[in-house]
Amino acid sequence: MSEKELGKKLDRCLADSAVKLGAGLGLGIVFSVVFFKRHTWPVAFGLGMGLGMAYTNCQNDLRAPYLIQRNIKVSNATKY
Amino acid sequence: MLRVCLKGANSAARKCLCGNGVPLHPLQQCRSYTSGGSGSSAGKIVAASVLTVGGGVGGTILYANWDPKFRANVEKSIPYSDQVFGLALGPAAPPPVINKPRKVEPVQISSMSEMWKDSKQPKAKEVEKKAEQPDAEGPPAPAPQETLEEASAQVAQILSAIGEVPSVPAPGTHEAEAVPPPAALKGVPAAAAKCTECEHEPAVKERPEGEVAARLAEQDKAEQDLLTSLSSNLEDALGSTAKVTLQAIGAQEAALQAIAQHTRQLREAMEAEAPPDKKSTQWRVLEDALSERSRSVDEAGAAVLKAKAELDKLRGVIDGAKHLKIAAARPSILAAEENLHSMVVDLDSVVTRVQTAQSEAKIVSQYSELVNEAKAQFQKELNSITPEIQANWKGLRKLTQDDLNSLIAHAHRRIDQMNRELAEQRVREQIHIDSALEQQKLEDKKALEVAVSTALEHNREQMRLEQEKKVEETREVMEAEMRTQLRRQAAAHTDHLRDVLKVQEQELRSEAEEILNSSLMEKETEYRRLTQDQLDSFTLDMNAAYARLKGMEEAIDSHVIAEEEARKAHQLWLSVEALNYTLKTAALNDPTEPLEGAVQAIKESCAEDEFAQALATALPSESLSRGVYSEASLRARFYAIRQLARRVALIDETRNSLYQYFLSYLQAMLLFEKAQEAPPAKLSAEDLDTFKLLSYAAYSLEHGDLELAAKLVNQLKGESRRVAQDWLKEARLTLETKQVVSLLSAYANAVGLGTTMAP
Repeated sequence: MSEKELGKKLDRCLADSAVKLGAGLGLGIVFSVVFFKRHTWPVAFGLGMGLGMAYTNCQNDLRAPYLIQRNIKVSNATKY
Repeated sequence: MLRVCLKGANSAARKCLCGNGVPLHPLQQCRSYTSGGSGSSAGKIVAASVLTVGGGVGGTILYANWDPKFRANVEKSIPYSDQVFGLALGPAAPPPVINKPRKVEPVQISSMSEMWKDSKQPKAKEVEKKAEQPDAEGPPAPAPQETLEEASAQVAQILSAIGEVPSVPAPGTHEAEAVPPPAALKGVPAAAAKCTECEHEPAVKERPEGEVAARLAEQDKAEQDLLTSLSSNLEDALGSTAKVTLQAIGAQEAALQAIAQHTRQLREAMEAEAPPDKKSTQWRVLEDALSERSRSVDEAGAAVLKAKAELDKLRGVIDGAKHLKIAAARPSILAAEENLHSMVVDLDSVVTRVQTAQSEAKIVSQYSELVNEAKAQFQKELNSITPEIQANWKGLRKLTQDDLNSLIAHAHRRIDQMNRELAEQRVREQIHIDSALEQQKLEDKKALEVAVSTALEHNREQMRLEQEKKVEETREVMEAEMRTQLRRQAAAHTDHLRDVLKVQEQELRSEAEEILNSSLMEKETEYRRLTQDQLDSFTLDMNAAYARLKGMEEAIDSHVIAEEEARKAHQLWLSVEALNYTLKTAALNDPTEPLEGAVQAIKESCAEDEFAQALATALPSESLSRGVYSEASLRARFYAIRQLARRVALIDETRNSLYQYFLSYLQAMLLFEKAQEAPPAKLSAEDLDTFKLLSYAAYSLEHGDLELAAKLVNQLKGESRRVAQDWLKEARLTLETKQVVSLLSAYANAVGLGTTMAP
């Protein structure tokens, strides 16, 4: 259903953000621990990177239907 | 009762209370009442009422005992009074039965039996009347007059006897009166029985014909029996009497003979001077004859007595027979009487003969006695003279002369004496003869008288017998004549009856035939009419039935066609209904069954209907394959979509960043619009706002207008549109399907309507 799409997208977003954040945190922690002598700035950096990625992914995901792709004919795009 | 006395007490109390303004008398009464108290006054009232009631009941019972009508009235009017009366008095006497008149004279149709009975009846009357006659044995002369009178009376009776009730008892009673007390010799049981039979009917009662006939038959039978017994009696008596009389006569004859012989012999002995030895034999013979005569006379006397006894018995029997008054016995009675008379006459004659012979014999015996006396005297004289010769009177030869001389002298003396006596006797002869004649005359007179009387008696008897015989003859003749007359009358009556019956028969027959014919004719015409009616009605019915049949056949044919059409329409309708039904099978949030089957059914049911076919094919394939959502589910879904559409209202191609999403969410949170707003007829530019559109759509959905809602939703732009896309598609499908289905059902209805007959 078309109305469920948004929900699904948002779920994906959240899941993705959670993953990204987690990953970022993780990397940040790792980097902080490994490379940067337990400074918090890599964690924050990682978190930020993660969040940014998640945000972008979510945004892209939400924009997806509006992106004009090269392989789709115009007549088909104006279908909506 | 209590109430009464209470009332009484109350009234008394009230009187007392208002007695002050009332004259003195009631006051006094009140005083007495109040002084006594209510108990005694109540007791007095009770006693008075009991006395009254008891008096009334007792009086009623007493009067009812005296007057049964009153009792009946009371019993009728007051229930259970009959039981009270029964207890007190015993059951009521039954009402007196009204006696029917004892002697009812029914008018009977004369019949042969009736005639016979009537003919018998006067005969019986005759017999009874005749039987009365022998009782009047005295005057024979008025008897013929009586018979004539009787005969005339009887004739009159016969003429009037046809309708008369058999009054057999009447002569019976008369008979009972007229019968004189029977003498001892008349011990005939039948007569007594008959008399008792007569006396059994003191009251004159009506008796039925059969009974009378039976009674008459009984009487006849009794008469017959009596007759036979009587005749047998008479015969026996006659026979015995005759025998005895003959015996007596014989004995008398024998006696006569003996007397005659004796007399003759005596005379011979007296007159004849036979030698002594013959004399002795003669004396012996004489003695024998005497003894014989005496014996025969005794025998004759005994026989005569016996005969007389028998004759008396016979007379008694005859009298008894006469008393029975049976007509048929008359001749035999008469004959018996004649016999009796003749026997009596013979007996008397023989007895007179014997008597004359006896008188003669007496004379002779007297003579012989005299002679013997003379002889004895002579002997005595002789013995006085010669006593020694007495011993051997027979040895007369040894007589001495002295003895002889004395004997002769004695004889001479005796002769002288005799001569003297003879002379004397001759002198006295005349006197003696006169006296003797006189005596003889007297005796003759006496004898004559006796003879005359006996002769008179005999004559009288003879005459009576003759008269009776004549009477009998005349009676018989008259009876015969009567019988012939009656027979003639009966014959005439029968002839008349026969004629009348014949005529009646003819009349009745003709009448009956007429009636029969007329009724036959009637019945025939009736029958013909009925058959004709039947035929007509049948023909009518047949025609009507045929016409109806024809009509029915046509109707059936047209019906068949119409029904075929109707069936098809019905099938179409059914299939359309099935389709409709499948539309309804949409559960919430689930689509309906795929409509394919139903549509296939429709396609099959209306194979030759193009319109239906076209419509059936017009259905969207998705509805066929997957089914459609119901309005309700769409409506429900819309609210979710609405929410979402509100949230992504700012997002379109140009604005679709995440920030925009956030802003859109914020807008949705902060912006409030009417939940439902009625859409205008024309949409203007500012109506194309998402929120407005959504509220319009909500409104129209709430009001069941999916189409308008879909149209409005179709106006959404951007992400809202994308979000509602599926819903729109579904709505569109549903709307399409519904449209086609409604068209189909309308068509089916129209076709159905067209095919159904108007009532």
